[in-house]
Amino acid sequence: MNLQTETRNDVVIIYVKEERLDAHNSGELKIEVQRLFEEGKKNVLVDLKDVRFIDSSGLGALVSGFKNAISHQGILKLSSLQSQVRSMFELTRLHRVFEIFSSTSEALDNF
Amino acid sequence: MEKNEIEVDIKVPNQTRYLSLIGRIGEDIAKELVKYTGDRDTLAYHLNLVLTEAMVNAIKHANTGDPDKMVHIVINICEDDLTIKVYDFGQGFDINTIPAPNFEELEDRGRGIYMIKSLMDSVCYRKVCDGNVLEMKKRLN
Repeated sequence: MNLQTETRNDVVIIYVKEERLDAHNSGELKIEVQRLFEEGKKNVLVDLKDVRFIDSSGLGALVSGFKNAISHQGILKLSSLQSQVRSMFELTRLHRVFEIFSSTSEALDNF
Repeated sequence: MEKNEIEVDIKVPNQTRYLSLIGRIGEDIAKELVKYTGDRDTLAYHLNLVLTEAMVNAIKHANTGDPDKMVHIVINICEDDLTIKVYDFGQGFDINTIPAPNFEELEDRGRGIYMIKSLMDSVCYRKVCDGNVLEMKKRLN
């Protein structure tokens, strides 16, 4: 899976450069987030601008990342959700769990 | 087949790499429905999602991850009724014993069947001669 990372203001941003975040590829995102927190990173932002489609496995990988953040006293936030992707968070009530920002820069201002 | 009936019959190997192909077929069908008056982009996403979830379910829980098995999918649209059948050739599972997700607890898994049930009008899973079928129906008007 194509993940690009950069660090800005002590926040590691993971750009998911995939059209789909699904059962085929979401395991890789889960492992990458886990690796970052185990390395000692505290602030992780997952940017979903390019993701047009997410399924329950994709949501599950993000939930796993969120729990990983908590267990390492870290923070995981989300940005740039397309409207159909956001509606899947709403369907599963996960929009109440994650802090979701409309853009990368807005998210960075809120760490 | 009746006039204006669409039926798409697909068999793909039991592997997640084919999810995007199956999902895309669902999206394309949603965009081709002549009489549909609702939001096509939303319907396209929903068909992509239920096909993806049903196929993952068949791969992981019914065909027990055996890459040599096949998943057989039939999508039928007749008048205003859309029916998707996903056949597996495995042991199967009891759809009625799968609990709804507990929204207060953060589990990594367990949202797929809930999402299918939320987006379709009826969902059932039953035995057929050499396996099982997950049948999902939606009224399109």
